Amino acid sequence: MSALGQLVSSGPAPVVPPRRRRRWLPYLLLLPGGLWLALFFAIPAAQLFATSLYDPTGSIETGYAMAWEFGNYLDAVRQYAGHFGRSLGYAGLTTVLTLLLGYPLAYAIALKSGRWKNVLLICVVAPFFTSFLVRTLAWKVILADTGPVVSTLNALHVPLPDGRLLATAPAVIAGLVYNFLPFMVLPLYASLERLDPRLLEAAGDLYARPFNRFARVTLPLSMPGLVAGTLLTFIPAAGDYINAQLLGTSRQFMIGNVIYSRFLRVGDYPTAAALSFVLMAVILAVVFVYVRRVGTEEVL
Amino acid sequence: MELRLEGVTKRFGGFTAVDDLTLTVPQGSFFALLGASGCGKTTTLRMVAGLEEPTAGRILLGDQDVSRLRPYRRPVNTVFQSYALFPHLTVFDNVAFGLRRRGVRDVKERVDRMLSLVRLSGFGPRRPAQLSGGQQQRVALARALVNQPQVLLLDEPLGALDLKLRREMQIELKRIQTEVGITFLHVTHDQEEAMWMADTVAVMDAGRIQQLGAPTEMYEFPASAFVANFLGQSNLIAATVDGRSGDDIQVTAHGSRFALPAARCRAVSGEVLLGVRPEKLHLSSDSAPDGYNAIRGVVTDACYAGVSTEYLLRTEWEQEISVFAANAAPGGLLSPGTEVVAYWHPSHSFVLEKS
Repeated sequence: MSALGQLVSSGPAPVVPPRRRRRWLPYLLLLPGGLWLALFFAIPAAQLFATSLYDPTGSIETGYAMAWEFGNYLDAVRQYAGHFGRSLGYAGLTTVLTLLLGYPLAYAIALKSGRWKNVLLICVVAPFFTSFLVRTLAWKVILADTGPVVSTLNALHVPLPDGRLLATAPAVIAGLVYNFLPFMVLPLYASLERLDPRLLEAAGDLYARPFNRFARVTLPLSMPGLVAGTLLTFIPAAGDYINAQLLGTSRQFMIGNVIYSRFLRVGDYPTAAALSFVLMAVILAVVFVYVRRVGTEEVL
Repeated sequence: MELRLEGVTKRFGGFTAVDDLTLTVPQGSFFALLGASGCGKTTTLRMVAGLEEPTAGRILLGDQDVSRLRPYRRPVNTVFQSYALFPHLTVFDNVAFGLRRRGVRDVKERVDRMLSLVRLSGFGPRRPAQLSGGQQQRVALARALVNQPQVLLLDEPLGALDLKLRREMQIELKRIQTEVGITFLHVTHDQEEAMWMADTVAVMDAGRIQQLGAPTEMYEFPASAFVANFLGQSNLIAATVDGRSGDDIQVTAHGSRFALPAARCRAVSGEVLLGVRPEKLHLSSDSAPDGYNAIRGVVTDACYAGVSTEYLLRTEWEQEISVFAANAAPGGLLSPGTEVVAYWHPSHSFVLEKS
């Protein structure tokens, strides 16, 4: 082509102005979102950080003075270490349970559902059509002492702590699992759906029995979805307070409940702000270690 | 080990993909299943691999009936059409996959030996995505061959390669097959590829084998009009058998008489098709030599293709006949409108049943 071009062309080649590279375009595209985040995340976060260092002896009525009180953090952690532990424990358990429930579900929808695929996907997303709060309240009814679950378990002589489900840790975790299941299923579905069925055939052809085929091919290839799903479940679950509020008691309260009550009930702004930052740091640390361990380059 | 299919049928709903297929692939042979897409060749291969279950019939490896065995229990391996290499594993781990699943020892030596056989030594640590199409193809081949299967199944393995690379890989595959001595069952729609590589070719159409044999035998004396036109090109002229004289059969087509050896006739009475390959035809401006069959025609088209020129002639009965003339004769190209005589040696023609 080019050789022919050289042979044929005669005289000076016409000057074609190089197309102007629009280097500014990416920045322009970043601008709206960036402004939004700056206005509603970065500035409030800085404000919150400042609040976390206020003199804790102040109050909403008398106002707070900036005292660079790093001790607020120590106090917050010391006082609420149990709540942090519970939050991480509940969130971790929730993540494991949603994974155990969600992986087979996502697998079935992606690979085995045939023409029911879209219907099943809609079923997964359907809960989002009603509010989070309403759905969790519904669980309150379902798990109530006179509700269907407790009476069925009683009829089957399954022992329950204090003879009830509502206001127990299992109820809170059940609510969390229910609420975050779609966040696990959708990314898993997306990565399993992309899985080339010929790779599974190739694995079978190469002497991999079904379990090995899953462990060596399906699971590794769905890791991006698995990592995304676990993060999307763990992070909001660790900060959740609605489930503990509605389905538990103060004995099941998570760090989110403490932050909520420090901010809105007690008005202890410095402690609430310090707790918020500690929560953020803890989650970041957990996520960092997790992603490093799982080691999927595709995610981070 | 010998691979035998006995009355194998595969139906998908109401569609019969493979229809009562019986064939034997001898130990150590390079066997090609040739056909257009949808003819059932890939389904046949997948049934041998265990990826589809036959609706009826048996598949035997040696004396063992493998028809209902799961793929991981069969001593066969497949080179998939689009390679299906595991993207998350390195080249080495891809090739080692089957060995490790079977708990074979000395994995490293075997994989290294196989990578050098397919000329990919040193590529072990790479990921499939970092390889070219031809290299991926060779990894797929190594991944299957390293398991020393009884039969290696190749599903259009060269289909994704460009022409030059495909030729190279054809030679390479042939070399490897000779070297390892494993039975190769090769599925392809490329008739040149099938003839070039295989010792035995089976032409499939509509789930059945139309003809099976050595490439030369099939090309020189096709069994049906389908095979005559699927394997290369043929000029087929409607004719009637007049009778026999000695070892020859006489036929009449559109008022002209032709003779050919009875051994080259699939039918010896009634309405038939007289066939002759385009490259067997010679052109002359006046008359044919003695002992040759000849037809008159007018050149309607001439396509110069370097090594040969492809002419189209219109006969007196308005049929288009194609002639491949080697560009070795003195004189230039014949221009359209030229009246010519096309002649051929009687032993180069054949007679087929009119279907």
